[in-house]
Amino acid sequence: MVRLKDLPTEELFTSGHRLCAGCGAGIVARMTMKALRGPTVVVNATGCMEVASTIYPYTAWKVAWVHVAFENAAAVASGIESAYKAMAKRGAWDKKVDIIAFGGDGGTFDIGIQAISGALERGHDFLYICYDNEAYMNTGIQRSGATPHGAATTTSPAGTKIPGKPEFKKDFIGICAAHGIEYAATASPAYWNDYITKVRKGLEVEGPAVIHVFSPCPLGMRHDSAKSIELARLAVQTRYWPVYEVEKGKYKLNIKVPKPKPIEEFLKIQGRFRHLFQPQFKHVIDELQQYVDENWKRITELCGEA
Amino acid sequence: MSKILGLTGDGAVAYAVKQCNVDVVAAYPITPQTLIVEEFSEYVHNGEVHTEFVCVESEHSAMSACVGASLTGARVFTATASQGLALMHEILYIASSLRCPIVMGVVNRTLSAPINIHCDHSDMMGSRDCGWIQIYVENAQEAYDWVLQAFRIAEDPDVLLPVTVNLDAFILSHSLEGVKVLDDAEVEKFVSTRKPVLRVDPDKPITVGALCLTDFFFETKRQHVEAMNNSPKTISRVNNEFAELTGRRYDFIETFGMDDAEAAIICLGSTAGTAKAVAKSMRSKGKKVGVIKPWVYRPFPAEQIVKAIENLKALAVLDRACSIGAPYGPLCSDTIATLYREGIKLGVFNVIYGLGGRDMTPFDIETVFNETLEVAKTGVVKEPLKFVGVRE
Repeated sequence: MVRLKDLPTEELFTSGHRLCAGCGAGIVARMTMKALRGPTVVVNATGCMEVASTIYPYTAWKVAWVHVAFENAAAVASGIESAYKAMAKRGAWDKKVDIIAFGGDGGTFDIGIQAISGALERGHDFLYICYDNEAYMNTGIQRSGATPHGAATTTSPAGTKIPGKPEFKKDFIGICAAHGIEYAATASPAYWNDYITKVRKGLEVEGPAVIHVFSPCPLGMRHDSAKSIELARLAVQTRYWPVYEVEKGKYKLNIKVPKPKPIEEFLKIQGRFRHLFQPQFKHVIDELQQYVDENWKRITELCGEA
Repeated sequence: MSKILGLTGDGAVAYAVKQCNVDVVAAYPITPQTLIVEEFSEYVHNGEVHTEFVCVESEHSAMSACVGASLTGARVFTATASQGLALMHEILYIASSLRCPIVMGVVNRTLSAPINIHCDHSDMMGSRDCGWIQIYVENAQEAYDWVLQAFRIAEDPDVLLPVTVNLDAFILSHSLEGVKVLDDAEVEKFVSTRKPVLRVDPDKPITVGALCLTDFFFETKRQHVEAMNNSPKTISRVNNEFAELTGRRYDFIETFGMDDAEAAIICLGSTAGTAKAVAKSMRSKGKKVGVIKPWVYRPFPAEQIVKAIENLKALAVLDRACSIGAPYGPLCSDTIATLYREGIKLGVFNVIYGLGGRDMTPFDIETVFNETLEVAKTGVVKEPLKFVGVRE
């Protein structure tokens, strides 16, 4: 595990960007840049991280950075990787380049999943990082395939009949691992050394790697912007966000949570779940707790911990 | 030394790409483009090229991978048709706006529904305004020749725009012709390798594809227009060099019988071949008819068309695509706008033909010529827009 003193002081994702105070995406971008091992190209899907870090003529990126569209970061990364390979074959390129693609949960779970699946199947050497703030925050907090059950968004509002999103979250890492890739992992920015270590590991893998990192969003999750990291920690400590990795098909639990806090601890500091604390919607909290318990059991069994 | 190979239109495209030192091909199969990717795959798997062939999972990803690859400074090719081009639509604009000199073979096939695999130009016309240079060819030889030239045009630092080479589905894509091909070494000398002006290089980091709002977006579009406006100089220069190399001279348009023609047809692609044959036969009977075939559709060859119609009295514009709800089909709208701008009064009418692969027979073309001659004689256009070869 990486130590604080091991980290470079140089900031390749610089201040001055326009992300909100307390935004997880900015924290994730900065931490990611601390894990680089050499020449790197970042590909960014359309989303908060992209729009807030590069308003022309400014940029927050001191690494080579490319944005093409919303659903295609993995395909663009495929093209870049292939191009360097081909140019090396004819002696017109001599650098080993690491390629990192960032997508939010919309660009990953929903509109981008086909391009990701294709790139993983083809085996391109790149690291895909999904910063998951659990809704389309950039367009104004609409529900995505990553939005949890019961959460209120602008397209799954806390109605009098339907209290937030009826559906549950996709198992994104399960989908990626099913492609037989060498490395897939979840992470939380509250456990910075775990995350940064995983980024480096993902870069070192020959072939595709995926990291799915929880990304607090004060605006969309409606929490105090000073409490982003606290929220990211609660996600883990309530077992809502199991932190594990899948290396060559083998699951390993990275953060053990022997005494989990009740899910309410995670829910109550977020406005998106406020409606669930009305007596008539209490059952949704129970459903969420049940989901967390079952998911934890499933993951820990896969990890050989249960 | 050139030699003659028996190649289909698709095969001619694949053969040209093989000779052009292409770094990345990212493509997805769609009828009738498939022969291009199949034949190119053979070259890859037999070690005849250094190309990385990315067998993507959709045309959307094909164009996305091409953009990523092109931004690194690589030479890039793809090919598609119909629904595939429509699926790429979003990224076509990004490819040209990010100034990626990608070359793409488009095997023109109609758009659904009803689903149909045969020729018309509605696919490319649907993406007409995507900011790419657009070439239409008449036969497999032209397909081969224009692909070689397309890389030179696209990658010229004064242009830096992607180019499509359009060939008619099945009529060209799957028909075998004798194609004069150059030696690899001659092609190598002609196309060389890409010399990128700016590239995604980790050692000299740049930000590509930034958010660009009301304060700068318009300027980037204006520059894009200027790049297209610059392209004719490069196209001419490349045409000249190619003529010196091969003896085959290309231009913005090809004309047939236009020196003394009173009535003419203007059309794109393979139909021009039929039109020329019919015109030849009619001219031998003393009828003053001619043909204009734009090779280059974008940038629109207004200047060349105006020059070609100097002595003309009537013109039939043949569109193999329909702009439903508009006064005319796309080629006719462009032609009439050009004539109006130049103050040229000419009897013009629009013929929509061949949708979904319906044959345009020599008989149909002769009928159109006779109607055009009638307009030339009377000066009266009875039907400004008509459909030929359809049951009504």
